[in-house]
Amino acid sequence: MNLTALGLLILAGLLLLGFFVLRRRSPAALRRIEAFETLNRAVGLAVENGTRLHFSLGRGNLYGARGASALAGLAMLRRLSERTSVSDNPPVVTSGDASLAILSQDTLQSGYRAAGAEDQYRFTTGRLAGLTPFSFAAGTIPTIHDENVSTNVFIGEFGPEAALLTEAAERQNSTLVAASDNLSAQSIFYASSQEPLIGEELFAAGAYVGAGPAHEASLHVQDILRWLIILGILAGSLLKFVGAI
Amino acid sequence: MRVLATVLAIASGVIVLLGYFYPVESLLGLRLQLTNWAMVIAAMAVLVGIVNLVSVQMEKIRTRQKGAAYGGILVLSLIVTFGFGLVFGPDDVFMRAVVNAVIVPIEASLMAILAVTLIYASIRLFRRRMDVTSVVFVVIALISLIVVIPTSFGSGIGDSIRQFIGMFSSGGARGLLLGIALGTLLTGLRVIFGVDRPYGGN
Repeated sequence: MNLTALGLLILAGLLLLGFFVLRRRSPAALRRIEAFETLNRAVGLAVENGTRLHFSLGRGNLYGARGASALAGLAMLRRLSERTSVSDNPPVVTSGDASLAILSQDTLQSGYRAAGAEDQYRFTTGRLAGLTPFSFAAGTIPTIHDENVSTNVFIGEFGPEAALLTEAAERQNSTLVAASDNLSAQSIFYASSQEPLIGEELFAAGAYVGAGPAHEASLHVQDILRWLIILGILAGSLLKFVGAI
Repeated sequence: MRVLATVLAIASGVIVLLGYFYPVESLLGLRLQLTNWAMVIAAMAVLVGIVNLVSVQMEKIRTRQKGAAYGGILVLSLIVTFGFGLVFGPDDVFMRAVVNAVIVPIEASLMAILAVTLIYASIRLFRRRMDVTSVVFVVIALISLIVVIPTSFGSGIGDSIRQFIGMFSSGGARGLLLGIALGTLLTGLRVIFGVDRPYGGN
């Protein structure tokens, strides 16, 4: 049994519960991340001028370690769909994995329900774009080009094919907010988007779009655990340096 | 119904997690059974996804949207290959030809376009964001490309440069991956606690 992993899990769980209770009483003050400010502005503009929000959850499946980025994307989608469901052009979601496409439809429907517009929900707005990396890109590009999209949000697992999607968004002069847990995709998004999201900022998305106190609590726990890891690495280096280990 | 879905999802998550930490016989069996069910459901999800793909393309054709002709070709190709696959099986010569003569060349072409797109994106980076990190990004990318070019002087200098750059890049990559691992841990915990419910909505 891996005691370190179990200990970390229990500690994270306890801290998450603690901060969740705390944040329900007083909301957190979050540091400014330009990409999320741009996104909030772009979403408001899209609703006002009747253009469309395109949300892509990538092609990662939910059965592996990479599934968490898709889950973070779904949490963000839930909030954004609620805010944009009343638009003349409802949001459209593309995925490269079948189970993710089904979950995106369910999440979209929840957003519509919360906004009191469930009758306007169409299941064809949550789409499976393709099952291989490039077929996913080829299936997503027409959505960016032809469906009056003004804002693109790419959150999830992408690979190098993300460059084709960012290029399509650039050609349409649309706003692009992108984050991935894949290092290749991160470097592409860094080169292609105005305000890139780096590393774990992907998992902060929910807190910045108002997904609730649990997401704010998550951010606090992430910070605490990160500092613990930094201290651990420093202590390990020091002990190694003095020859204690 | 939603409560039942939540209870089932949380219970499944907890059982699989416990099976990882306490590998006792009964928990391992249950964990394996749940994982097998997940695989079967994932396979069924592909069929549902294909129905969704066809519905989207049919709507395009019906409402005569831009690119409807491509949608028609996609649906027709899908029906033909699906029918052939069902009748003759995936190892049939025709089915192999579909993969080797259509899908592989098309994906290879997209890969070639990707290389040009990436170079173009790097050049545009300066127009978009002229700061120190952008300069470092492009300079390191260029050096990395140059050192992999084979020269008549051997690979000594190239290896040293690669080793020097690799020291920073692997350190940075590990930092990013640690952050992502923490985010993954917390996202998983939110789902297990039932705070995030991508199934059944919340």
